[in-house]
Amino acid sequence: MDSMTIIAVVSIITAGLTIALGSIGPALGEGRAVSTALSSLAQQPDASATITRTLFVGLAMIESIAIYCFVVSMILIFANPFWNHVIAGAAKAAGK
Amino acid sequence: MRLSPDQLIFWQHGFFKLNGTIVFTWGLMLVLAVGSKLITRKLSTDLKRSRWQNLLEIVVTGIEKQISDVGLKRPEKYIGFLGTLFLFVALAALCTVIPGYEPPTGSLSTTAALALCVFVAVPLFGVEEQGFWGYLASYTKPTIIMLPFNIISELSRTLALAVRLFGNMMSGAMIIAILLTITPFIFPIVMTLLGLLTGMVQAYIFSILAAVYIAAATRTRKPKPALAIKT
Repeated sequence: MDSMTIIAVVSIITAGLTIALGSIGPALGEGRAVSTALSSLAQQPDASATITRTLFVGLAMIESIAIYCFVVSMILIFANPFWNHVIAGAAKAAGK
Repeated sequence: MRLSPDQLIFWQHGFFKLNGTIVFTWGLMLVLAVGSKLITRKLSTDLKRSRWQNLLEIVVTGIEKQISDVGLKRPEKYIGFLGTLFLFVALAALCTVIPGYEPPTGSLSTTAALALCVFVAVPLFGVEEQGFWGYLASYTKPTIIMLPFNIISELSRTLALAVRLFGNMMSGAMIIAILLTITPFIFPIVMTLLGLLTGMVQAYIFSILAAVYIAAATRTRKPKPALAIKT
């Protein structure tokens, strides 16, 4: 296998693995956060504005971990510098 | 497939490029500035007021209440900055319903610029509230060993703000683009609705996090008053 094939294969597999493994942790964390928020809402319904706001802020912070993994995965597929480099090299070699 | 509106070039002359991000940002600025100017031309304080003034008052008082809930004592000092952040990001997400529009916050340049504004504003407000040395001393609390960690957390918070907003907006646009090639009828509309919801939530999150960082920087640590013992 030449280097172009290796780069393509590894990028594709890593992109899939990144988003797959990277979504497990945030999903579990968000589930725990929402369940705790629901039980504290049931205990103190008149603090619901504060609880809801804190819940949303916490969910956004947890979600950003999944967003980082998604961004890395997108970069590997669409803006991969190594792939662009070998493609440019192959185009130059073919054009010569 | 276009990753961001940066790659949509309207006009180019040598080094200067007029890309989609710049044009859509200018459009949003125009709508916000001209709209507010038109509505606030004749403000009335009695019971009879126009609908648009009512709308603006709801928005402004809502933002003020959120800012004071976070812990900032005088929200009118911060509402200019935080309100603008919220309104810009929210309007950028809302206008996705207009065909042909792409949210400028889907480009890392815009979100990095907004995060840099927050990065600069937090020490500014902190110094204004606590004085220069008082603000710098807050980096050494609770102990001097925490100084590098506090500095690193400042930088990573800014980076997280930028990447969070960029990732949410870009993923919304990309999901819709991908779905349009697979099931072009009902499903992209559902995903656009989801994109609107996450856009509004992310706008709220961005401004609330900025408010929390500013509140952490301006929290004056007064020594606790000695208890008065009644004899």
